[in-house]
Amino acid sequence: MKVVFALLRAFVLALAFAASSAAAQEKVLKFIPQSDLRILDPITTTAYITRNHGYMVYDTLFATNAKFQIQPQMVNKWELSRDKLTYTFTLRDGLKFHDGQPVRSADCIASIERWGKRDSLGQRLAQSTESWTAVNDKIFKLRLKKPFPLTLDALGKLSSNVPFIMPERIAKTDPFQNITEAIGSGPFKFVKEEWVPGSKVVYVKNTDYVPRKEAPSWAAGAKVAKVDRVEWIYIPDSATAAAALSAGEADWWEQLPPDLIPLLRKNKDVRVENIDPLGSIGMIRFNFLQPPFNNQKLRQALLYVVNQRDYVLGIAGDEKNGHTCYSFFTCGTPLSSEIGAEPLKGKRDFDKARKLIQESGYKGEKIVIISATDQPIVHSQSLLTADLLRNLGLNVELQAGDWGTLITRRTSKEPVEKGGWSIFHTWWVGPDMISPANMAMVNLGDKSWFGWPADPRLEELRQAWFNTTDPASGKKAADAVQLQAFNFVPYITTAQFILPAAYRSNLSGIIVAPVTFLWNVEKK
Amino acid sequence: MIVYVLRRLGATLIVMAVVALFVFSLLFLTPGDPAAVIAGDVATADDIQRIRAKLGLNEPFLVQFGGWVGRLLHGDLGTSIFTNLPVTTLIGQRVQPTVSLTLLTLVIAVLIAVPVGVVAAAKAGTWTDRLVMGCSVLAFSVPVFVLAYLLIGLFSIRLEWLPVQGYRPFSDGLWPWLSHLILPSIALGTVYMAFIARITRAAMLDVLSQDYIRTANAKGLAPRAVLTRHALKNAGVPIITVIGIGIALLISGAIVTETVFAIPGIGRLTVDAILRRDYPIIQGVILLFSGVYVLINLLVDLSYRLFDPRIRY
Repeated sequence: MKVVFALLRAFVLALAFAASSAAAQEKVLKFIPQSDLRILDPITTTAYITRNHGYMVYDTLFATNAKFQIQPQMVNKWELSRDKLTYTFTLRDGLKFHDGQPVRSADCIASIERWGKRDSLGQRLAQSTESWTAVNDKIFKLRLKKPFPLTLDALGKLSSNVPFIMPERIAKTDPFQNITEAIGSGPFKFVKEEWVPGSKVVYVKNTDYVPRKEAPSWAAGAKVAKVDRVEWIYIPDSATAAAALSAGEADWWEQLPPDLIPLLRKNKDVRVENIDPLGSIGMIRFNFLQPPFNNQKLRQALLYVVNQRDYVLGIAGDEKNGHTCYSFFTCGTPLSSEIGAEPLKGKRDFDKARKLIQESGYKGEKIVIISATDQPIVHSQSLLTADLLRNLGLNVELQAGDWGTLITRRTSKEPVEKGGWSIFHTWWVGPDMISPANMAMVNLGDKSWFGWPADPRLEELRQAWFNTTDPASGKKAADAVQLQAFNFVPYITTAQFILPAAYRSNLSGIIVAPVTFLWNVEKK
Repeated sequence: MIVYVLRRLGATLIVMAVVALFVFSLLFLTPGDPAAVIAGDVATADDIQRIRAKLGLNEPFLVQFGGWVGRLLHGDLGTSIFTNLPVTTLIGQRVQPTVSLTLLTLVIAVLIAVPVGVVAAAKAGTWTDRLVMGCSVLAFSVPVFVLAYLLIGLFSIRLEWLPVQGYRPFSDGLWPWLSHLILPSIALGTVYMAFIARITRAAMLDVLSQDYIRTANAKGLAPRAVLTRHALKNAGVPIITVIGIGIALLISGAIVTETVFAIPGIGRLTVDAILRRDYPIIQGVILLFSGVYVLINLLVDLSYRLFDPRIRY
């Protein structure tokens, strides 16, 4: 029997070798992404997968490094006038789009203007902008109406929406309409002919790319493609993805579900590591338009009972893969602090919470938590919150559907009896939550993110932060924002967690960063 | 016969028109908004409204339906809301994997299940029969995904004989194509094999008790000739019916198999489209499915004549 097996195996391996020998010449990095790439436009969507695709294909004027500093990327040099109203940018030599055309000032201006119509920080910059002017093909100017200290932070924004630079003819597309071409000047070229949505995305090395001289650091520095071809293989089933990685059919799996970590750790050919220093932040979001969470006291009551340790375990499965974060700004980043966090951080106090509920005048109104069972991070938080509210004696109904339904339902401003909602959960990557600029902190009623909170005081403090000009005053302003946020409670952070990556041990050079970058990675 | 075929094809068009109206209405009423999915988690309600307007999703039902039907009559199934690729292109990318998987499963299942069913009927009441029936109950009971994981664990991870996942087109060579389909076909086909084997056995038992079989045995025909030439041919109608129904089952069953083995087939295209509310794809795929089902039924009906000359159309 063993002989038969050995012969069969030899036969199969011979066939496989014959089939694969032709393809073995070039270095191909096979990468299992966190989700499927469906939208090519990194400006119309904030989906992280499209952002990551953007970093493959496009380049940026500025970029954030591991010290949270904004570094020039496509820009060679820049100047700010004495009145702090005019920026002059000069592009680096040798920048070329994948269609062979040089990158010009006009391309940069059109790209930034389109991004400025969609991104929250970009909109802030656009509000302060008087004009963008191309001096020539390599030099362009930004004239501001009033000083905007976060100009470079906006242009070097790390996460969605990233101000990627695309050719002017593409960047002229309506910002609410998806672009259909992916032509950038980044280190990899997108191969549209080989794109099979729901299955495979192919990139090849951009041999014309001129990297910077500095060492790579997050999105800044040299972006050197060290493989000839990158294939994103979307594998929807996590057990199959684990098997594919174990069998060497894939080289790198971007985000591991917690239950498969122990399995892959046993494989000597696979490394399981946290390559995201900031992780992600879980969140309870309230509907401020409808009872009962339009009542501040009820929101405050929850601060006294939410136990972040439970949420860490619920989401990440193990305390090694997450930790508590009693700050409105991502822990481990310059603006994070625990100022005002006592209600969330202190001993869990159900009596205090019940007292606040009584003071809120809660009359047993139904609380609808909308959840998505196809999103474990969302659903685990929803289950914990529902249980928590029931323990407080509140009238809770957990309505679970799929993510597609949740993100539609959360747009409803109706009462729960008419399809509305009271609470939903989500999560954000760390870089999205590092400052008061984050979308969930906007408090402008209808113009706010889902839930539509409106707190003039908090908005005023946010504005003050936007106007700060140095790190010390920025920190002070951010502390004031947080203090008011713990009073008003626009949302409650539930945990800071990490979904580790797994990769074959023949890979090296992976950049440890809050966004997955595929340059600098070598495959032996 | 020709009139019958034309009449059935005419009925196919009516069925597809009804399906089109039903699917469009259903999607219109289903909760979910592709604009919200496109906009992403950080977008505002205002952003979503503007994207909805851009996509024409705010138009009244009849305007949207009329536009869709108009394009359909010109052979245009529309464009995916998300990828901006034509639905025909997306379906075209996915047809080969699903057809390959379905056909290979069908071939494996029929080649194994029909002889097994015949043997079980010929040896009814013996241990062979009980073994076949026991195995078929087991095959019915094991969910496709469980069997798939077991097969991957054994043949891909432990023995390293076959790939874990993915699909390679036939143009890449016979072995790359076949090697990616063997495990999925076995996983998908096991239930189907059990189904055909049981029906074959039952149909054969019915035929084997007929007088003409006794006559054939009495006149000294070899048992194999009696089984294949006399019995199996006459048991063919129910078996063919089951195979026809099975093809429809295979197409729907392929969704799970395609997901587990990461095969980019029609099944996964459908599920992904439903999850993100990509209406043009859902409509296109369901129309395709309904057309395929109706045609399969027509072919099954026509094939009855091959087995039973008494049937007239």
